[in-house]
Amino acid sequence: MAATAPAAHPATVPGETLFEYALRLGDNGLILGHRVSEWCGVSPVLEEDIALANVALDLIGQATLWLGLAAELEGKGRSADELAFLRDAGGFRNLLLVEQPNGDFAQTLARQYFFDAWHHPLLAALATSSEPRIAEIAEKASKEAAYHLNRSRDLVVRLGDGTPESHGRMQRSVDDLWPYTGELFLADPVDEAMAAAGAAPALSDIRALWDAEVSATLAQATLRRPEPGYVQKGGKRGVHSEHLGFLLAEMQFLQRAYPGARW
Amino acid sequence: MDTATRPPVEQIRSWLDQVPDPEIPVISLVDLGIIRDLAWEGDTLVVTVTPTYSGCPATAVINLEIENALHARGIARVELRRRLSPAWTTDWISDAGRRKLQGYGIAPPVAGTAGCNLGGDAAPTVACPHCGSTATRLVSQFGSTPCKAAYRCTDCLEPFDYFKCH
Repeated sequence: MAATAPAAHPATVPGETLFEYALRLGDNGLILGHRVSEWCGVSPVLEEDIALANVALDLIGQATLWLGLAAELEGKGRSADELAFLRDAGGFRNLLLVEQPNGDFAQTLARQYFFDAWHHPLLAALATSSEPRIAEIAEKASKEAAYHLNRSRDLVVRLGDGTPESHGRMQRSVDDLWPYTGELFLADPVDEAMAAAGAAPALSDIRALWDAEVSATLAQATLRRPEPGYVQKGGKRGVHSEHLGFLLAEMQFLQRAYPGARW
Repeated sequence: MDTATRPPVEQIRSWLDQVPDPEIPVISLVDLGIIRDLAWEGDTLVVTVTPTYSGCPATAVINLEIENALHARGIARVELRRRLSPAWTTDWISDAGRRKLQGYGIAPPVAGTAGCNLGGDAAPTVACPHCGSTATRLVSQFGSTPCKAAYRCTDCLEPFDYFKCH
């Protein structure tokens, strides 16, 4: 994976920009981790049940680190748990892709693969971030994301190049989720400030890696790559699909009903 | 604890070498390579720990076990510090730890292959911990804990866990 953050640059990143960036990374991990955990106990086969639970665990673990950093950067005395459990949908900064429902196994896998193919090169580049607190979390998380990408890529190929039934479901999932992939690469002022300071890679670099990865895998899976079209966006500024509220209602229930409850 | 009676860190390391990993109790926390540093700061013992996986549920238990073990040895003030970088790698598992894993029925990570799965390279050849055959097959990248993959031996037909390189 070749994208690296630009060499150290004199520009420094304001604390609120770093906070916003850490929050986005944390929210992506938390929301996708929660979604994937919904498969626990009901997956098609035991090995997949365990694999999905492990992926969810990695993502939620990474979210704990990112949200811990965000809480520290914010400096208002909020903890990672408070960020996770006491914000409403409009406060979440995750990509729309990760909050989409699980659907069938093909839809879960297509969502995971599109995310992993973005997440892994992003984390690999963030491991050389000029901001050391971001670099150290990314170094750890990128090793986990590599395993996620290997698995989701492998399964997309096996199901795409599988039976007519699995091929049809995989193609439908790729088509349905495609409009959510454009947002992965839409840079806003936060992304631009981070890239300018060498604290994060340019999203256009990540897009080139993602395009090559996804095109090769879809071809191998005998799946058709959808044409570019309408891009669903808004997650980074808190404008979400209707699905996020239902997810939060479940995920946050305990802390809302019993504020401050601890294990 | 005044400076004159502080146990030396080598002694403390040998105590921690008797604390089992909560999920794979056959190896110790020292074998696992997660105890990165031990140092006295005044009357406080600072233990620097590098986590294995970000979401490993054993992390909180490991911290508790370290504190309990050291308190039991009379060290009243223990401070745990988390160090993320450099990230933990299975190359830090000791030779003794690898032998213990093998004897327990878990194939140890193939030495020097940390990072071997990054970028989709072929998986390493893993020897069956039961019969030693290298005719083994990956069943799933994700096994009973985040750190293990599920394998099967095609000679003795036994399934086994592989402590995957990381």
